[in-house]
Amino acid sequence: MRDRAIIISLLASAAASVGLAIAFLAEGGLAAQGILLAIALAGIGTALVMWAHTLGEGEVAEPRGELATPTDPESPGPGATLSGPSRRSFVGSLLGAIGALAVALLSPIKSLGRSPESALRHTKWAAGIPLVDADGHRIFLGALEIGGVATVFPEGYTGDAVSQALLLRVDPKRLQPLPGREDWSPDGYIVFSKVCTHAGCPVGLFENTRDQLLCPCHQSTFNVLAGAKPVFGPAPRPLPQLPITATTDGALVALGDFPEPIGPGFWNRDT
Amino acid sequence: MLREVGAKLDERTGSNRFLQAAMKKVFPDHWSFLLGEVALYSFVVLLATGVYLTFFFVPDAEPITYTGSYVALDGITMSRAFESTLRLSFDVRAGLLIRQIHHWAALVFIAAIVAHLMRIFFTGAFRKPREINWVIGVALLLLGIVNGFAGYSLPDDLLSGTGLRIAYSIAQSIPLLGPWLASLGFGGPYPAPEIIPRLYTLHILLVPALIVAVLSVHLALIVRQKHTQFPGPGRTEENVVGTPLWPRFAAKSTGLFLMVSATLVALGGLFQINPIWLYGPYHPSQVSAPAQPDWYMGWLEGALRIFPNWEIRAFGFEIPNVFFPGVLLPGITFGILFAWPFLEARLTGDHQIHHLLDEPSARPWRTSIGLAALSFFMVLFIAGSNDVIASRFQLSVNAVTYTLRVLVLIVPPLVGAVAYRIATERSSGPPRRPTEETIVRSEGGGFHTHD
Repeated sequence: MRDRAIIISLLASAAASVGLAIAFLAEGGLAAQGILLAIALAGIGTALVMWAHTLGEGEVAEPRGELATPTDPESPGPGATLSGPSRRSFVGSLLGAIGALAVALLSPIKSLGRSPESALRHTKWAAGIPLVDADGHRIFLGALEIGGVATVFPEGYTGDAVSQALLLRVDPKRLQPLPGREDWSPDGYIVFSKVCTHAGCPVGLFENTRDQLLCPCHQSTFNVLAGAKPVFGPAPRPLPQLPITATTDGALVALGDFPEPIGPGFWNRDT
Repeated sequence: MLREVGAKLDERTGSNRFLQAAMKKVFPDHWSFLLGEVALYSFVVLLATGVYLTFFFVPDAEPITYTGSYVALDGITMSRAFESTLRLSFDVRAGLLIRQIHHWAALVFIAAIVAHLMRIFFTGAFRKPREINWVIGVALLLLGIVNGFAGYSLPDDLLSGTGLRIAYSIAQSIPLLGPWLASLGFGGPYPAPEIIPRLYTLHILLVPALIVAVLSVHLALIVRQKHTQFPGPGRTEENVVGTPLWPRFAAKSTGLFLMVSATLVALGGLFQINPIWLYGPYHPSQVSAPAQPDWYMGWLEGALRIFPNWEIRAFGFEIPNVFFPGVLLPGITFGILFAWPFLEARLTGDHQIHHLLDEPSARPWRTSIGLAALSFFMVLFIAGSNDVIASRFQLSVNAVTYTLRVLVLIVPPLVGAVAYRIATERSSGPPRRPTEETIVRSEGGGFHTHD
């Protein structure tokens, strides 16, 4: 009975292998390839396990023996042949030399990356730089309806990860600008950094019926009417606001860089 | 012929003495002892499929225009890494199958390690003399997670790119060193193109080589110390009862290897995994939702989501929010895991050698601590999908998050207390050994006891 099952299992495997070769040659479907290869492998596997039960004597007991090496009280330990004071000074100097070598070998590590400082504290935004959309086109008053949203970049840096920002248009009457920022939102156009202050994801979702921005990564939520103050989720700080104005021909331009570092925190962010 | 070669080899190396000893090595039989083998065999499948993938994958962030056979992305500019992943998925014979097997094998590899770790923990198999092998095993889990993360970041798709962005923010959050550490590791402020080839070297060379080395020590120690076994008739601290390596165990285990392979192949052939062509190429200003990482990162993702919006600030310095769930939590988790055998020996004062395993209920403290910890990570894992839960059950994501913040604090002590209660009741009651009975075969072929 078992013998027959073993043979059938092996035959099924062989048949599947033939089918697999045909499937490869005929560029058969993914599922067919997977199933046939699985049957080919499982057939041999099942046969082996069934065959195993006919082999050898089954369970036996094996003595464990002692793990620890038997100690000979007569023989001197490995340290005993070394002498006292010279050994200490040798080991000390050896460690010193190895330490110095390690420090020397550390220095090329600098080549691995650039200083993080400028990217942490500055973006490509500066006074007079026009806002452009993802295709590099300038943005003018009238580009958005109230409740509209667009991802914007500084002109010349389309796609820049650090400078990416969200241009929103909200009802100017409902806006509660922070003190000193009353003229940063011409005609209800307002710009916040798109990099979440929690873990750096793009804050991709504008819930315009609730006037909230939501980060899809960890659900941090920001109130766009109140300076992008976080109202839910793990984000600890508002999204930095970009000062903008409209030129005489209606183009939106930055008045300067973000007033504080964008994105997630770092230890000396405030200094 | 084979015998002749063997004899010649033995004359020159004395190989027969070693082989004869090895063939007699005894393997105790219990289903839970297969978990480590499943991990080992998944790793073999990972190596085999991974080598095939290296023939076609190009670890390069340089932009290129796609012209392959996946029409929906025709003419789109993407990195060489993403383009070559599409190409090996759609234009290389068996490419998608191998890629999906590789990804499934990674998930099963880490799942088997975790299950194996649970078996070792709850039966006390980590006790003296096996503390070193426990530490090595935890190191293997850590290496597996690191390599899994590195691997799924390689295709440079929208999902994995977002994951890398979060990893950068977590590295940056470390006090004093963070900003430099992140920039040096990633090749510059995020996103730097250097990260893809670096992850590739890590993923296909450095970490696998480490895993092979550490795994070899793991297995060598098992051979040296011999297996643990559950108590039972004829099983003592002085012996180990089971099937010898040759021939029965060898045949059975090879069979298991093929069946593990078969399962992984079937998963790869039938169940779509990481369809990067649906996510699209990574762009730093784009993001997809819902976004969940591979399962073994779920607890960290959940912790990031439900940790309150705290940020500690003093004297012009700050500890950023993600430091707590992203650095401190995994640091403490793996710190306790590494230290557990030594912690437990100190707390119980038990410094004896143990080869016989514990029934989990015989050690109520250990079992309840372990189950409480598991439930803690389970709640975090669920929290990693709070947005999916909210949309599936039409709930507010805020309500789901608040609930999970409470659950993560009350579920673990509750589970621990219940487990402690059950374990003490079971271990203090009458012994649950089967009583001696005569089993009789009836004429109809059934079996029953005398009564």
